[in-house]
Formats: sequence, C-alpha cells, structure tokens
Amino acid sequence: MKSHTLSVLVENRAGVLSRVAGMFSRRGFNIESLAVGTCEEPEMSRITIVVNGDDSQVEQVIKQANKLIDVIKVSDLTGRESVERELALIKVAAEAGTSRAEIMQIADIFRAQIVDVGSKTLVLQVAGDTGKIDALEKLLRQYGIKELVRTGKIAILRGAKTVKSAK
Amino acid sequence: MKTGAKILIEALQREGVDTIFGYPGGSVLPIYDELYDSSIRHILVRHEQAAAHAADGYARASGRVGVCLATSGPGACNLVTGIATAYMDSVPIVALTGQVPTGMLGNDAFQESDITGITMPITKHNYLVKDASDVGRVVREAFYIARTGRPGPVLIDLPKDISTDQVYAETPIPDSISLRGYQPTYRGHVRQIDKALDMIAQAERPLIYAGGGVIHSNGSQELVEFAERTAIPVTTTLMGLGCIPGDHPLNLGMLGMHGTQYANYAVTECDLLIGVGVRFDDRVTGKIDTFAPNATIVHIDIDPAEISKNKRVDIPIVGDVKTVLQTMLERMQKAGRTENWLNRIATWKQNHPLRYRDDDCLRPQYIIQQLSDLLRGDGIIVSEVGQNQMWTALYYCFKKPRTWITSGGLGTMGYGFPAAMGVHYARPDEPVFDIAGDGSFQMNIQELGTVAHNRIPVKVVVLNNMYLGMVRQWQELFYNRRYAYTELPPVDFVKIADAYGVDGIRVDAKDGVREALEAALEADGPFVLDFRIEREENVFPMVPAGAAINEMIGVHQP
Ligand SMILES: Cc1ncc(C[n+]2csc(CCOP(=O)(O)OP(=O)(O)O)c2C)c(N)n1
Repeated sequence: MKSHTLSVLVENRAGVLSRVAGMFSRRGFNIESLAVGTCEEPEMSRITIVVNGDDSQVEQVIKQANKLIDVIKVSDLTGRESVERELALIKVAAEAGTSRAEIMQIADIFRAQIVDVGSKTLVLQVAGDTGKIDALEKLLRQYGIKELVRTGKIAILRGAKTVKSAK
Repeated sequence: MKTGAKILIEALQREGVDTIFGYPGGSVLPIYDELYDSSIRHILVRHEQAAAHAADGYARASGRVGVCLATSGPGACNLVTGIATAYMDSVPIVALTGQVPTGMLGNDAFQESDITGITMPITKHNYLVKDASDVGRVVREAFYIARTGRPGPVLIDLPKDISTDQVYAETPIPDSISLRGYQPTYRGHVRQIDKALDMIAQAERPLIYAGGGVIHSNGSQELVEFAERTAIPVTTTLMGLGCIPGDHPLNLGMLGMHGTQYANYAVTECDLLIGVGVRFDDRVTGKIDTFAPNATIVHIDIDPAEISKNKRVDIPIVGDVKTVLQTMLERMQKAGRTENWLNRIATWKQNHPLRYRDDDCLRPQYIIQQLSDLLRGDGIIVSEVGQNQMWTALYYCFKKPRTWITSGGLGTMGYGFPAAMGVHYARPDEPVFDIAGDGSFQMNIQELGTVAHNRIPVKVVVLNNMYLGMVRQWQELFYNRRYAYTELPPVDFVKIADAYGVDGIRVDAKDGVREALEAALEADGPFVLDFRIEREENVFPMVPAGAAINEMIGVHQP
C-alpha cells in the first residue's frame, strides 16, 4: 500500500466531479486529498487525487476512471519527477507579547506569509509539499491553532512533459 | 421552430428506433403527445421495470439499442433494476426519463428524484438535458455510447420545460461522433496476437473460455472457425451460451458454479486458457487461486479494465472480439496438436455426463429437454433467475447466438417475462419462451396485462415447485434443511392468466409435457404453462461458494 497522486483531466461539465469521486469510493478507495480547478484548456478541468492502494488496485481504478466518458486522461504521477504543492491557512492564537514574535519568526523560516493580523490571532499562509506543512503545523501547535484549512494537493510534471489529452 | 419533444422523437427516428416500451406520467406528457402521431410504436407496460427489461430483451435479441421511457420520480426509479440488469450484462439500452422543470430542480418538487445521481453507478453514461437545443446532439451521443465499445445503458433525463420549449435554432447533429474522453479500441495489438498464436501452437492442453462478449460483438462464427482450425475445445459462460452450437463436438457446455463436470475439469487441467469476451466472474471461477492453476492466460476483451481485474493475465489483447478473432485467423500459421487432450476430454464426457433421475416423476430437466427437442434450435429462450435458469442453461441445446436471453450479472428475478416481450418485437417471427420459476414469474406477473392487450405471443413455462427453489436448495445443502421463508403457497397460474384473457394449461404428469408444449407453440397468442414439478429437485453439478471449481457436489463418480 502506498500513496498515489493521480492527475485526471476531465471535461468541464456539471456533475463530473461527483462521477469521478463516486467511482473511487464505489470501488473501495478512500480519497485522501482532492483538488479541482480549471486548466489551460477552457473546456477542461484538472483534478488531482491522492489515494492509497497497492499498485494493481490503483492500476484497476485508473482503468475504471478512464472508462468514464467525461474523463479525458488519467496519469499516475507517483514516482515520476514532479512538483507537488499544497496550500494551508493557519489561524494561530497570538496574544500581543512574546508569542507573536516567535510565531512571526517561525513563519519567516517556513517562508509563510502573515495574511491577517488580529488582536488575538495571526493567520499564516503557507505553500509547500505535504511534509513542510505538517512540520509547520506541528511547530505552531504549542501556541494554539484555532483553525486550519488545507487545500488538496496539486501536482505537475517537471520538464517538458505534460498530462494532456491525446488529441 | 420545434419543441424539444418533437426534436426528441425525430432524433429517435434518426437512430432507427421502431419500438419504445414505456409508461406515461405528468412530466412526459409532451413527449407522449408527440409520440402519439409518430411512426414509432409504443408498448404500454404495466410497471416501468418491465419497460426497462423489455428494452433490454429487444437489444439482446437484435443487437440494436432498446429504448424505454418513464415519467419522473417513481417512474424513473422503477427503471432502476432494469438499468442495473442491462449494465451488468453490457446491454445497449437508452432510458428516457421525464424530470421536473429546470426551474424546480433541487427543490424536492412533486415527483422529483435525482435519477442521474441514482443511476450514475449503473449506467455507462447519463445526461440531464438543460437546454432544448441540445436534445438532438444528446440523443445521438447516447445511442453511440450505448452501442459502441463495451455496450451498456445510457439514461437521458428530460425536464418538462425542455420538452415544451420552442427551439429556434437546433444545434446541427454531426454524422459521426468523436468524444475525446471515449475512444474504444477495436483492433487488437498485432504483437500480442502473434504472441498468443505462438502459445497456441505450443500448447498441449488449450481451452477456449468464451462469454457474452462473443455474442455482443457478433463474433460467434469467427469463434467456431477459430476453435475448429485449432482443434481447441470451448467452454462458455452463462452469457456465452449459443456462441457455439450446443451439439458441436468441441463444445463442453457451461463452466463454473453449475458448470458441467468435464468443463470444470478441463479448466483445472488446461495449460493454456484463452478467455474471449469474458470477465472471470466469481460464479465462473470459484476460488480464484485454484482457477486454471496450471495455465498461461490469454484474455481478449474490448474493456481494458477487465484485463487482470480478478485474475492475472499473461497475454492481454484489448479489442473487439470479432475483429481480433479475424486477425488471429488471418495470421495463424500453425495450430497445436490437441488429439490427446481431446481424447482425455472425451473420456470425461463419457464418464461424467450431465444426468438427472429420469423416472416417472415430472422433472424440470425433462421439460427443458422436450422443449429443446421441439424447437430444434429455432426460437428464442428467455429465463428468469434461479433453478429454472440453470436447468435451462444445462439441458437446452442452444444452436445460435442471441437465442438465449438471461440476466447473468445481476441475476434479476422478474427479468424474463418482460424481456421476452421485448424479444418478440425484435424478432417477431421467432417463437419466444420464458422459462420461469413460480417466484420469479410473480415478480412481474402484471405483464400478463401487456401481453394480453397487445397479443404478444410469449409462452411462459412455469417450473412450479412452490418454493424459491434455488434459495431452498442452498438451505437444504448448507443450512440443515431449514427452509426459512422460501415456501410459496400454490398459485393457480392458469386462472390468473385466464383473468387477463390469456390461455393456459396446467400439467401435473410427465406424459402431458410434450402435448402441452406443442399446444403453447401452436397457439397464436400468449400462453401460460403451469408445470407442477418435483418440489425438491436440485441443480447439479454444483460448486459450493468459495470452493475450487473441480470440487463439485451432487455428481456421480463412476
Ligand atoms: C429480485 C431478486 N430477489 C431475490 C433474488 C434471490 N434469489 C435468487 S434465486 C431465488 C429463487 C427463485 O425462485 P423461483 O423464481 O421460484 O425459481 P426456482 O429457483 O424455483 O426455479 C431468489 C429469491 C434474486 N435473484 N432476485
């Protein structure tokens, strides 16, 4: 069992997300993360899905996804040279005083930005791979995380290769 | 300027639709009004489930797309079992449903149900039309998707305002369709084909395992030619019966849970298994690790997702069965030597034939044999689900493809009778028999109204054991004969038929069988035969659930 990152190119149509997500859960897959948005082609969207499974299970679910009429292409990016990113917004307790400065220092090290400053809280924005965000979250926990929002992972191949429709 | 409903009917006509099975209601009133004046024949069923099964029977018997129509909400929901049945057996149907007007969608309006959501897992694709000018294109695409690649059901949900809206400019309908997310592969990879042919030339104990895909692709002739040229024996799945004549010397009959002994032994002993249009279903393989344990596996199928889904395949060939077999026949240079293997199989056949106690009692196997003898390969046999289905699969000699119509994947009781109605409209010159159990027949018995109303000459053969026989058999064998809720009190089916204006005969003894079958065949209209069979007759051979397929019970060891 390992984590697989799948890039799924789909028609930009109503219901397509529920077709894809429904198929994964119907076939017994837990979706660990999912991100969807428009892409370079105006009539298509790209869904990045992270699932856990052994290679043959994942191969089967990729084939099933390819059978959906609205799915144009599915690529497994796992083990290929790719850039993976998540974005997180973290609201941390920060009473005016010592902790504020410490939090700002940590943000600096992680190249996170402070996007909101309240009288009792700070909101940090951080982008990176899953490990980096996990690490930041862990460090901030001691100050009290009031709320944490993470996007699903998005991923793109390095170099000239792309995940595109055959035509 | 045309309404959406008018565009719909014209689009259906363009697809060659001659018959629709349906049931009206509020949201489809505009469609019914258009249908009323059209050249398309509409058969009013008595329950929407029957409309879906009839469309399915029509499609299986003809190879064309079957069409059913229902109103929104309860009407659409009643189609669900029929759509799922078609999906599991890869049958091309288009289901049209009414829907509440677009402005009311999502408001729990009267008779609203999210039928595209409900049928997402049981359709090949579905549409909710939100613009009347799309109707023509959607119908075109739906029929294309239903009948091409691995066939399957497609649903089109039509809100009422889409049917009534006036369309000024229709979107032009393309002659040929290309969908970038749907590009089926029809030609097999030549290198893979050559590899398979090499294996065939070397194999000592090869076996063809043929299924419904052969019939869907109209590849039966090629299959038989291939088997004959290579001298490889053929076993078929429930869905594949008829793709090779039942009395062909290379035919081993059905394999799997209720397969013949010699077919199951052949699978276990073969060194090369060539799966053609099959999906290694659990009712076929039994315990998967012991299925064809010594064989190299070649798998020909149009659906890449079936390759190595249940059983690791050594040589996959993705493509249309007929096309792939043609290429194989063209490229074949030499066949293997199979005499020894065929001799071995002949010995199995001789030592372990299909058998039942042929005494003075009225036994179902005898009835099926008599019917087989009477029709001699003409006519189309439909079945319900349970023992009736298995006895027919084992004891009827199917000679041609598309003459055996049954719900395999879903195993839907109540399928047979309405499907038989659809078969009649697809092949009006063929006699159509539905082999039923008393339980299954009562699941759609209301269709006696439809066959009476339209004089549809479907003959129902009820193998009446006053039990849910197949379930009772499992209770007898695996639950200490505790017949929990499987006994059905006697029903006088002849009287019920009579109430609908349908003729029938009750038969209690063996000597009345032939005459009764002949009477049914000769009658112009529908007919019901109520055979009071031995109540506790079982279907054998049988592989208990989870066992290896060569571990059969109820078999005779010489
Ligand atoms: C709709 C549906 N419900 C339940 C079942 C489970 N089931 C399988 S066979 C069977 C008994 C069928 O009884 P009957 O139609 O009388 O046929 P027999 O086995 O006696 O020939 C049942 C209940 C099913 N296949 N389909």
